[in-house]
Amino acid sequence: MSNRKSALRRNVTIINELGLHARSAAKIAELANQSTSSVWITRDDQKADASSIVDILTLACEKGTRIEICIENKVDLHILENITKLIESGFGE
Amino acid sequence: METDTKEIIIKGINASPGICIGKAYLVDSEGVEVIEKYQIQAKDLPNEIKRFKAAVKKSRDELRKIVEKSPEELQHAHILETHMALLKDKMLYGRTIDIVKREGVNAEWALKTVVSNLIEVFQNMTDPYLKERSTDVVQVADSIMQNLTGADKVNIAAIDKRVILIAHDLTPAETSQINLERVMGFITDRGGKAAHTGIIARSLEIPAVVGLKNATSSIRSDDLIIVDGISGIVIIHPTEDTLVKYEERKIDYEEYKAVITRESKAPAESTDGVRLAVMGNIELPEEVFALINYGGDGIGLYRTEFQYFNRTDFPSEEELFDKYKDVVEVMNPKPVTIRTLDINGDKALMNQFNSEETNPALGLRAIRYCLKKPQVFKDQLRAILRAAACGNVRILFPMISTCFELREATRMLDEAAESLEKDGLSYNRDIEIGAMIEVPSAVIMADVIAENVDFFSIGTNDLIQYTLAIDRGNEEVAHLFQPLDPAIIRMLKHVADVAREKAIKIFMCGEMAGTPHHIPLLLGIGMDELSMNPQTIPDIKRVIRALNVTETRSFLKEVLAQTTAKSTFELIKATYGSILSEQVYSE
Repeated sequence: MSNRKSALRRNVTIINELGLHARSAAKIAELANQSTSSVWITRDDQKADASSIVDILTLACEKGTRIEICIENKVDLHILENITKLIESGFGE
Repeated sequence: METDTKEIIIKGINASPGICIGKAYLVDSEGVEVIEKYQIQAKDLPNEIKRFKAAVKKSRDELRKIVEKSPEELQHAHILETHMALLKDKMLYGRTIDIVKREGVNAEWALKTVVSNLIEVFQNMTDPYLKERSTDVVQVADSIMQNLTGADKVNIAAIDKRVILIAHDLTPAETSQINLERVMGFITDRGGKAAHTGIIARSLEIPAVVGLKNATSSIRSDDLIIVDGISGIVIIHPTEDTLVKYEERKIDYEEYKAVITRESKAPAESTDGVRLAVMGNIELPEEVFALINYGGDGIGLYRTEFQYFNRTDFPSEEELFDKYKDVVEVMNPKPVTIRTLDINGDKALMNQFNSEETNPALGLRAIRYCLKKPQVFKDQLRAILRAAACGNVRILFPMISTCFELREATRMLDEAAESLEKDGLSYNRDIEIGAMIEVPSAVIMADVIAENVDFFSIGTNDLIQYTLAIDRGNEEVAHLFQPLDPAIIRMLKHVADVAREKAIKIFMCGEMAGTPHHIPLLLGIGMDELSMNPQTIPDIKRVIRALNVTETRSFLKEVLAQTTAKSTFELIKATYGSILSEQVYSE
């Protein structure tokens, strides 16, 4: 059971110099908006809807912040992977 | 005699370099301050929501028009794209509609409530860059609000004379309408260096000072003002003397900029014809393009730690090879100096720096760690040798403190090559091998180490830390971290002398190499190559072109006679001050 659950979440660290700012948040939201169920970003105990730029911004993720991305439905796995890759690549900045 | 046109100097944040002198043009964009609250009857709610949606659509159309009209090369168009996405954001758009429905209030009030709550969240953030991001949200909300209330917008595009814009704040949409024929520069009350207004000003290459707090209240339209985007000041009603001074500064700066842009790609050759390779330090493959733009002659230090961070397993040989290959192919035929892993990889994977070991700087890191973890090291060595088949690669081993370490590392490199041969993969073992000279023991043993390598690369940051026993992060002693300490200069000279004697090349890739006032010294010592942050390349090239290497050699003798870092610095200033003083413009 716990294995199943962990398959739906990824831990990543924000590596781009500017952190999750409007433009990078917009890129995440664009991907998250293609999902069938919700995509969430958690930082410490705060949770944000990944399809909202504003909600992502309120997490105040500067460079070095560790966040968890989680999906509710495994059909969205590719979206989870794409968002993870996007963040790990530093948004190509 | 006092007049009402006394010179006033106000200090802000230098958002974009350059100087402009001209008439002020005040743009007042604070038309919508007072928001009324009134109830909407249940039957009228659908109409109220429609009215809100129409305002959003209008903002969207306005933005789209601006995006379409913007020339493609304007880098900031994507900020406007982000604003377009923000217009439909759940937390802004969705919530406003929710409040209208739930509380039965007018759209303006609902929007204001949503925005005030958001601003509060942003104000509590500690990171200044992220804090500034609230401006994106506010600007988008302002534009909807203006369309809801029907307030007039200032039409920046319609300005018909050459002016300096003065505004409380400029939205990216407004700034992108700036007509370069008409606008010489701008200043704003709000904003910081990292705000979009600053980014745009830099991409338009016009001077800008932001964060002046009360510029709009202290400057009136048609006032004569000077904007100094280099030091971040604005002068209102300048005196004749000030005007003359700034006219000169302006000309100097423009000449300086023209020269830098024109010459950054040309080689760095001293006045007596000695050519130095000026290379860049990079960490990510993406940085290669900046490096090429700044005229880098190659990569003097490719840090490879990055790929080991933020993951639970070690990167595979394939992954590493892909990244290295990207960089090597783009740079080919220019050299790419790949430094092997310079951290404790186990800790990187676990994200546990400064744990366990009480003194990590003296602990298990770099080559020590790699030799202890042969499999991790071998994957990287194989990736490097394979990338070497795609271009010009040099390998650099960090933190060599004994000859044994270097021989072991080389032996493992040979083994990696043999295994690649067996696997039938293409590789190139015939690459230059270098040792980082950053531990005092390596300086003392330089002659022996030289027998085993093709080049030395001096890492000044660690060498200074280990030699002077200074932890730069410790405020109590940080001021003692002195690159110009006579002990350091003697060490550098010793290493360079050994390199020459053993006929190997000598490079420097620490911060010292990217500092203009160290260059006369480094030329005198006889460096073959300097590597630095890409942005500093044009400036260092300029300094090298102004120097005579033969003269720097005799200058070095004077330097070696100094007994303190301070007197050495004074000597450099006295001898080369005129060349280095142009530096002020590079800030």
